[in-house]
Amino acid sequence: MLKIENLHARVEGKEILKGLSLTVNAGEVHAIMGPNGAGKSTLGNVLSGRDGYEVTAGTVSYNGIDLLALEPEARAAAGVFLAFQYPVEIPGVNNTYFLRAALNAQRKQRGEKELDSMAFLKLVREKLKVMQISDELLHRAVNEGFSGGEKKRNEIFQMAVLEPQLAILDETDSGLDIDALKQVAQGVNTLRSPGRAFLMITHYQRLLDYVVPDFVHVLADGRIVESGDKSLALRLEEQGYAGVRHGAVA
Amino acid sequence: MTQPATLPLVESLLDAPLPASGIAWLDAARQESRDAFASTGLPDTRVEAWKYTALRGLAQRRFAHGDATASGRAVDPSLLALPGVEGARLVFVNGVFRADLSTLDALPDGLTLQPLSRVLKDDAEPLRFGWSRSATRAEAHGAADAFARINAASAADGMVLRVAARATIAAPVQLVFIGADGEGELAWHARNLIELGEGASLTLIEQHLGDGGQAQLATFVSDIHVGAGAKLHHVTLQNAASAANLIRHSHLRLQARSEATLHVVELGGALVRHDLQVELLGDGAKLHTRGVFMPHGRQHIDTQLAIRHQALNTASSSNWRGVANDRARGVFRGAIVVAPGADGSDASLSNKNLLLSAGAEIDTKPELEIYADEVQAAHGATVGQLDERSLFYLRSRGIPLAEARALLTAAFCRAMLDDLPNPDLREHLSGLLIAQLPA
Ligand SMILES: Nc1ncnc2c1ncn2[C@@H]1O[C@H](COP(=O)(O)OP(=O)(O)O)[C@@H](O)[C@H]1O
Ligand SMILES: [Mg+2]
Repeated sequence: MLKIENLHARVEGKEILKGLSLTVNAGEVHAIMGPNGAGKSTLGNVLSGRDGYEVTAGTVSYNGIDLLALEPEARAAAGVFLAFQYPVEIPGVNNTYFLRAALNAQRKQRGEKELDSMAFLKLVREKLKVMQISDELLHRAVNEGFSGGEKKRNEIFQMAVLEPQLAILDETDSGLDIDALKQVAQGVNTLRSPGRAFLMITHYQRLLDYVVPDFVHVLADGRIVESGDKSLALRLEEQGYAGVRHGAVA
Repeated sequence: MTQPATLPLVESLLDAPLPASGIAWLDAARQESRDAFASTGLPDTRVEAWKYTALRGLAQRRFAHGDATASGRAVDPSLLALPGVEGARLVFVNGVFRADLSTLDALPDGLTLQPLSRVLKDDAEPLRFGWSRSATRAEAHGAADAFARINAASAADGMVLRVAARATIAAPVQLVFIGADGEGELAWHARNLIELGEGASLTLIEQHLGDGGQAQLATFVSDIHVGAGAKLHHVTLQNAASAANLIRHSHLRLQARSEATLHVVELGGALVRHDLQVELLGDGAKLHTRGVFMPHGRQHIDTQLAIRHQALNTASSSNWRGVANDRARGVFRGAIVVAPGADGSDASLSNKNLLLSAGAEIDTKPELEIYADEVQAAHGATVGQLDERSLFYLRSRGIPLAEARALLTAAFCRAMLDDLPNPDLREHLSGLLIAQLPA
């Protein structure tokens, strides 16, 4: 589904990604771990098309197409979703209105029929049940005045409604108490399916107790330096990133 | 310096005969205002308050005085409808009162509502003091208040509204000024006097509308007195025709513990200027202002908000937003003075602006002078573009760039209407804001 080869990217003239390669197949859950400043969020931003991230070398192929050639909105319509590390507050834009606009914009781009408000509401009700978030949040402006945990859960809720093929979760677990973490994990597990892949960026292996990954990668200094299964996460937890084999690719 | 009288605009305004009232003090006051206008002429951009609003173009135009046939002019009645608003209504076409379009029957107890033309005919005496006070005020400002002077000289109509002490007027009162094409390009003037007695309460909705294509010049002076403990909610929708030049002076005086809430929406007109002056005169008086101005095309919209805290523990909170597109220009000056003795006052003012095109411009000038003790004041102004992070957030969810921009811009302006209590009116105004945005 996703094939990243030798990806180099710069931010404000500074090289952050330095030859990153990664292959993700449908149905897989990949965890990406690594020290602060390694380039994890940069990877998420480059994949979803944020301005200011300049790709200087390498390719990203998504379902056989050149992902990097698409505008952010076209990537979303093609099924790429980024749960932000720091979701922005958008005062004055109602959460439900926003989500319906987003879903219908995607459907329109894919040539599907737009959902009327009845059908949309029905969908939202279903997803709310699964995500266990209060529908009071829906009536507020996007993320405005939300607690840290509410923002993260809102990201997962959006993911549930938009049903992406490739979901990139950028430290969605950070700053959550154990109950919120379990809810987020449950949300992800509910969405796991043979047609969908997850790229879970995380700092702690805690999340991986609840969402068991198929692969764990270590991203350090702009590259994947080590890959393995869940045991790698446990080892990192014990030894820290200092013990990471620099330059090694499993 | 140019001789004032040589400018076509000044000449044509001075050519107009003064309205004859047969009331000695009024005729004298009008003559005095006319003479003052003749001697000072128009302000140029060296006058601080007119620094960003050049009258050069307007000064070269001539306008015919008044509209002799305004009373018979056809007006599309749908113009007047306002969702969520049904009550007394006073309508003026080209500055002339239109009984046929107004609703003055069955006024609630405690509300007196009349056209100025009728009050001047029936019993002008009660207006005498207010008239001279506003003339004195214009005098103090020199050329800066040129239009207030010509208004004092020439205005023959407008609204006189009084709410008796302790009367609560539940249904909003609608005040409508319509500019309509006439025989040639017209100048007209209107004067409003609004008084809320002690403990009274009123919602007033002022609209400036127009459907003509001719250039006009309209001036307005509104004197608003809010008595002790009274509550005024004043909503202004300025949606004049695109060739209309509108110069408005609004002067509010707030007595002890009174509360004034203002919502101002500036959408229409060619050259638009609003001097909004508020004096918090009594202890504990409160002011709350929200405003949006959205010049586009080649419009020029200038708001000069001046707030004076003159008494103990007074509070003002002002939040204004501007969005300029195409080659339009917006000007906002927010000046707060906390005078000596206004201890314990609380003043905040914010003006945020968005530029939607490279040719648009907004000049904003916050001013804060504090001469009292234990004052809390916050003051800020910005001019910028939409937040990149928010734009990316929306796009990352599939919303195309143009739509994302429109969504964020609409939210930016609409936020100024959030605390407007009438939901139908809020939706209506919100729709007008959105309609003004690029598609
Ligand atoms: N928008 C940006 N502007 C400037 N520097 C950035 C930006 N985004 C990331 N960086 C820099 O790139 C490096 C990697 O950041 P990031 O991808 O956020 O790391 P991680 O998510 O792994 O902690 C850091 O040194 C950071 O300062
Ligand atoms: Mg990060």
